Amino acid sequence: MIESQEKSKTSGVAKWFDPRWRHSGTWAFILNRVTALGLTVYLYLHLVILRSLAGGPEAYDGFLATIRSPIFVFGELLVVIGGLIHGLNGLRIALNSFGIAVPYQRQLFYGLMVIAIITSVIFGVRMFTA
Amino acid sequence: MSQEKWKVTYRIFRKKGTESSKFEDFELEVSPDEYVLDGVERVWAFHDRSLTFRHACHHSTCGACGMVVNGFEKLSCITPIREITQNGGVVKVEPMRNFPVISDLVVDMGLFYSRMDMVGQRQVIPLEEEPTQAGIQTGPVERDGGYVRLSDCIECGLCISACPIVATTPAYLGPAVLAGAQQNGLERTPKLLDLVDTEDGVWRCHSAYECTAVCPSNVEPAWRIMDLRKQVVKAKLKGLFGGS
Repeated sequence: MIESQEKSKTSGVAKWFDPRWRHSGTWAFILNRVTALGLTVYLYLHLVILRSLAGGPEAYDGFLATIRSPIFVFGELLVVIGGLIHGLNGLRIALNSFGIAVPYQRQLFYGLMVIAIITSVIFGVRMFTA
Repeated sequence: MSQEKWKVTYRIFRKKGTESSKFEDFELEVSPDEYVLDGVERVWAFHDRSLTFRHACHHSTCGACGMVVNGFEKLSCITPIREITQNGGVVKVEPMRNFPVISDLVVDMGLFYSRMDMVGQRQVIPLEEEPTQAGIQTGPVERDGGYVRLSDCIECGLCISACPIVATTPAYLGPAVLAGAQQNGLERTPKLLDLVDTEDGVWRCHSAYECTAVCPSNVEPAWRIMDLRKQVVKAKLKGLFGGS
């Protein structure tokens, strides 16, 4: 018998974001939480920026120049992706909560995420080529 | 069983009393067609008699041997070693999550069993209530509309171990208990409504579906929780509009 160096891990909220040893239902669960946090941060930033626009035309022109930078466009694309994932997965959860398609929740998740990916690619192409 | 032999390392969670937990390694020669539980028993028999673990039927009927094997919730009596590792690999065995650890691989199932009692899935039924004496009664409804004569739930606790909500809220009744409540049905046992229609009842489930993924026994707790929600809404609407 050899004493291993590995220690036992405790669970908690951190476990919500650990996809290891979990199945697709938990991956969807994690994605929903991560995108929710992201969209909440975005909403706050959006309101802060909107408030700054009350500073007049100079503030608005400066703002427009900033948001045309690639980093900002990429950030906006992340918002679109997050919204798609969160919204479509939310649709799945809403259906399941009414007892609809629960045995097919895994297939529904995969199918809706494919739609999210395709739509994200379309948005990405249009946003970066506009 | 094949004649093939593998050398594997059983890395077993150990905890006694108030000591800190640790993992201990045991080198075993096993047949890959043996089950994880066979290896645990061999560790106990030939290496360390202080190892504590639960086992009974060895054929997925009793639910006693639920463990976390290489990170996944498993019934160790029906999990072939071949399925979770390879020759020279590691079999990491831990107690189920979300239960207090009593000793090594044994967890305290008391609260779980008492909650199962509360929803009518009793451990011991008084003789006068035994179904053949009380007469055949219509039972809970299944997804296809048929009736259940026997319950599939073996109360192994794997669903509780896998549930991310139970990990943060011990007050949550959990998948097996809610599935048990669904099996009895709110029409048959209206008193369950007050128990399940709470923030720690049906409404705490956040649709991770790990319960159904790990259940070794076709209970499908996730579907049952959603069906129980429908029953709760129906019961509340009936109460609101004065139905019987």
